[in-house]
Amino acid sequence: MGAFVKQRRGGQIVATFAAYEADLIRSLTSQVVELLEDGQPTRTTASEDPLAALFDFAEPVREPEDPVLLRLLPNAYLDDEEAAAEFRRFTESTLRDAKVSSARSLLDSLQAAGLTDPVQDPNAVIDVQLDQPGALAWLKALNDIRLALATRLGIEEGEEAFWENLPEDDPRFVTYQLYGWLAYLQETLVASLG
Amino acid sequence: MAHVATAPVEVEPDLVAEEVVLPAVPWVTVVWNDPVNLMSYVTYVFQSYFGYSKKKANKLMLEVHNDGKSAVSTGSREEMERDVQAMHGYGLWATIEKAD
Repeated sequence: MGAFVKQRRGGQIVATFAAYEADLIRSLTSQVVELLEDGQPTRTTASEDPLAALFDFAEPVREPEDPVLLRLLPNAYLDDEEAAAEFRRFTESTLRDAKVSSARSLLDSLQAAGLTDPVQDPNAVIDVQLDQPGALAWLKALNDIRLALATRLGIEEGEEAFWENLPEDDPRFVTYQLYGWLAYLQETLVASLG
Repeated sequence: MAHVATAPVEVEPDLVAEEVVLPAVPWVTVVWNDPVNLMSYVTYVFQSYFGYSKKKANKLMLEVHNDGKSAVSTGSREEMERDVQAMHGYGLWATIEKAD
């Protein structure tokens, strides 16, 4: 099972995965990218109206309907819908781009480590090597995946006992195991950065 | 408190001094607890983004964890919007509020 460590020589942060593990991370990361790019609010394009596109005086962007997207792109104001919409209008696409960029950095490092698509040998060794910016991108991307999984599973505060004791035949069991593994992986990454 | 800019000579005649001299730091960034973000990660974010000491970052993280939320930075509305956007970039749920 993969875990991040900081190398004493050179200070690189490294983790070794089996190809099937790396493939899981790749698949989840790609899904987050897809979600962030597909749910992009419609904007006026330059061909429709060059001036409007330039200033983008479109309607304030509404909050996403998908609960995962709403968790990744939350409201910045609690009791002020107008201010929340204004904030979204000016910042949401930048935030989406930043999240996609972290996710793509993760995908690039998996490819650089030799992960093929599709995977040839599920047990092939994938050595991921990260510099400081690469590690930060992984941290953010792993966190976004965990937020997405937790939202889909419906994990709420104070329910640890329920989830820890989920029977193996529960349809959510495998996803929860994966969620736990990613938490462990992220924990080792934070530790190797600290 | 930060210094207050000197009021211009030609202020609106109906403005009194109290209205001109607004508090310099009227907004806060609030980070909310959630079941997903790791305690170590939240501490790391507070250290690396705000440049807080490990002790301060840990104290704020525990406030989030135990009290459900914590005011992690204070400043102008523009500054707080920047901080909130950064927190969202890290996957922490943060909101902007007027300071009490």
